[in-house]
Amino acid sequence: MRLDRRAGELIDRSSPLTFTYDGRRVDAFRGDTVGSALYADGVRVFSRSFKYHRPRGLLCCSGGCAGCLMEVDGIPNVRTCIHPVRGGETVKPQGALARDPLVLVDRFGGPFTPVGFYYRMLARPRRAWPHVEALLRSMTGLGRAGGPRDARFDSRFEQVDVLVVGGGRSGREAAARHEAAGGRVVLVDERPDRAEPLPGVEVLAPARALAVYEGLLVPVLAERTMIRFRAGRLVFATGALEQPLVFPGNDVPGVMTPEAVRRLLAFRVAPGSRAVVVAPGAGEIAELLRSEGIEVLEAVDLDSAPQPVLRATTGRVELNGRPLECDLLVASAGRQPAWALPAQAGATVAYDATRGVFVPASLPDGVEVVGAAAGEGAGAVAPPAKSEAKGRCFVCLCEDVTTKDVERAVLEGFDSIELAKRYTTVTMGPCQGRLCQLTSIRAVARAAGEGEAAIGTTTARPPWLSTPLGAFAARHHAPGKRTPMHGRHEELGCEMVWTGIWRRPHSYSDHAAETRAVHRTAGICDVSSLGKLLVSGPGAVAFLERAFPNRYANLAVGRVRYAVLNTDTGRVIDDGTVIRLADEDFLVTTTSTGVDVVFESFLRWSGEWGLDVAIANVSSALAGISLSGPAARELMEQLTTADVSPEGFTYLDARELPVAGVPALAIRIGFVGELGFELHFPAAFGEHVWDAVLEAGDELGVLPYGVESLKTLRLEKGHILVGQDTDSESNMFEQGLGRMVAFEKEHFVGKLALEHLRDAGDRRLLVGFRTDDGTVPREGTSVLRGGRLLGRVTSSRWSEEVGAAIGLALLPPEASEAGERVEIDVDGRLVGASVHVGAFFDPEGARLRS
Amino acid sequence: MSFLLECPHCGPRPVGEFAYGGELGTEDLYLRANVQGVQREAWFHRFGCEVWFEAERDTRTNEVLVTR
Repeated sequence: MRLDRRAGELIDRSSPLTFTYDGRRVDAFRGDTVGSALYADGVRVFSRSFKYHRPRGLLCCSGGCAGCLMEVDGIPNVRTCIHPVRGGETVKPQGALARDPLVLVDRFGGPFTPVGFYYRMLARPRRAWPHVEALLRSMTGLGRAGGPRDARFDSRFEQVDVLVVGGGRSGREAAARHEAAGGRVVLVDERPDRAEPLPGVEVLAPARALAVYEGLLVPVLAERTMIRFRAGRLVFATGALEQPLVFPGNDVPGVMTPEAVRRLLAFRVAPGSRAVVVAPGAGEIAELLRSEGIEVLEAVDLDSAPQPVLRATTGRVELNGRPLECDLLVASAGRQPAWALPAQAGATVAYDATRGVFVPASLPDGVEVVGAAAGEGAGAVAPPAKSEAKGRCFVCLCEDVTTKDVERAVLEGFDSIELAKRYTTVTMGPCQGRLCQLTSIRAVARAAGEGEAAIGTTTARPPWLSTPLGAFAARHHAPGKRTPMHGRHEELGCEMVWTGIWRRPHSYSDHAAETRAVHRTAGICDVSSLGKLLVSGPGAVAFLERAFPNRYANLAVGRVRYAVLNTDTGRVIDDGTVIRLADEDFLVTTTSTGVDVVFESFLRWSGEWGLDVAIANVSSALAGISLSGPAARELMEQLTTADVSPEGFTYLDARELPVAGVPALAIRIGFVGELGFELHFPAAFGEHVWDAVLEAGDELGVLPYGVESLKTLRLEKGHILVGQDTDSESNMFEQGLGRMVAFEKEHFVGKLALEHLRDAGDRRLLVGFRTDDGTVPREGTSVLRGGRLLGRVTSSRWSEEVGAAIGLALLPPEASEAGERVEIDVDGRLVGASVHVGAFFDPEGARLRS
Repeated sequence: MSFLLECPHCGPRPVGEFAYGGELGTEDLYLRANVQGVQREAWFHRFGCEVWFEAERDTRTNEVLVTR
């Protein structure tokens, strides 16, 4: 049933919509909210309360209270009173509305269930507590977590000159004023009906300003996008919040604020048929109701009269003991400025005793508060000294906290507002203090026998609005890098995997076959993601000598050397190779994920050490392919005219040569333990060289392999992966790399710490192991002996070539000798294993050097 | 942490674009002055000009007084 047409109504009667509520059809119009359409349809009970399961309905109808929370399209706790109808929604109440058996808690629980009762009455026996807690949790709360898994949020940043929060009269005036002064002005408002354009101003509605963080950062949730506004100036036109009256039954459906009445009328929905009004300015509200044909039985104007003795039950109000049959009680104590957001920005608030409200007192730089939020037209009456009527008077409706609960908390010693808040959870519900902050301060003040000014307010903390968790997990600009050959991998149906920021091939189809190909013929691997830094200049040699623990002055041009990078505290942070291209030019390769840290460190050191050296990050400029296997030389011969013979191109040589017509840097190294050539060439030729290599290798049986095979192959050789076999405590001695350290050098990064570590002796060592029965333990699992924890597994794989389940583990020195017996935890079962020292495959490195 | 840092090249940018390089002027491996007040620090504009610079920041308020 709708009221007759009026100018300025919020609904568009020419555009009917429908949605389903609890399995039945509900009619609505464009412009309706789910709440207004349900109210028009006759729904009065919208939810059950948090603790006592009391029926609740539209109280504020402006997105403040928790009365209208429902599940919309699987999303829990939607404020239906401000959620616009788009048509086709599935709306469900949360829990049983009509017959809720737990309403017994309300009827009988009162004296036995004060705030915090469970900590005292149910805390013993201790063993029963987990069950009690589970039961209590199932009986209380709002909504059901979950919701659609495909709901994704995005996020972006915006820098604006002025951000205006609140699109009411004063907000729009302020926006226009700032627009006239020049600069980019954005106005946001949570109400969908506030989207009306304003010349020169970007208006976002519905969009909710959630909080104010350090540096005046305001996250605004607009539909599914989290916009992080950084504004030069913030204007808060957040308005005032109508405060409920505190009396027995102040939560009964049918008790509404004047604002709720005005908003329902704007949707052309009659809030009731017989009304009682108790509010400041009651005459005006009564007038409005009468003009809509609603009978007003009594109107008590709190501006002139004291608060009468009130008591509400369903369909009935007792006014000073006089029963009145009615279905609407318009009740309000007045209006409190909405200062929470300015307070988060750093504004202080103070109690204005003459008006009975808290108002912003001082503002930080760059923050303005205008209109009702600044205190314009604000004022709230204090409740009578002692309510004479019996029944529950709710201070905080969201959390079902009564005046009695607050009084008891103060008696128990929680007499500061911050403590009372934490103990009773008052103001901690979905409304975040909108309807309960002032009343709770008054209740504490009264119980403590002090004034509101002395009690003060609680700290305003973000967020101010309840926010879906998905919004906090919103996607940023996806930082993903693809190698120049990414398309080729996709064409081959390769499974891709994230390694840091990079997408790399995991395996093409059968990783065991890929591994076999590397051992029998040859395999090729896309290594474009390796970090590559050019270090050049007269100071390059001195720089590398100082950055790394081993020597580079004696590295000949055209030669490669393994490199490990340490922190000042002697911890391993990255590894790679150093290639001497010319006297003063070096290419340093790093791990795929470590390049940024190495680059940053290099830049800093080059400045701090005052060396004449230029550092350039050329990682993405070069594509890389690694060719490995007994047939790798044969493959190279088909791709280049240069000399790749064992004599002309020996192990750890670096040559500039053409590959498939492309100038490339080829280095002879072998991370996977077979004869290998690693090619680096301009990224633009990535696909061309990849295709040429695969074509040339077709007859030889060459296969592309991914990181899964790579990890097996390098494990067979006992080569470490920094970040997997190392942790934040790992040093070069532990990793078996101690012999590389050239202590005779005067300076190098980590020298002091490495000297200490050398003298202190090893605490643990990285060694290999094989399990007795071929079980592959999980990476990270425990290694034990005689029930005592020794260390952990860092890597493990099944190796077809070795014919065993092999791995690496960090173990104490006494358990690190070859042949030591240990036990490994495999999902709770202990599996015997033997320690292995050195490479599992080709320990002499004959194949590598061939 | 959502304050702005004035990069000497790129101007005021959100702190999330930068990498913190620790307090300056310490020679110790582990010990830090950890002052409550103004501190000299190294910052790197990681998602920007990729240059190290020095900043003076008040550790109590996150107010950045000088960058150079």
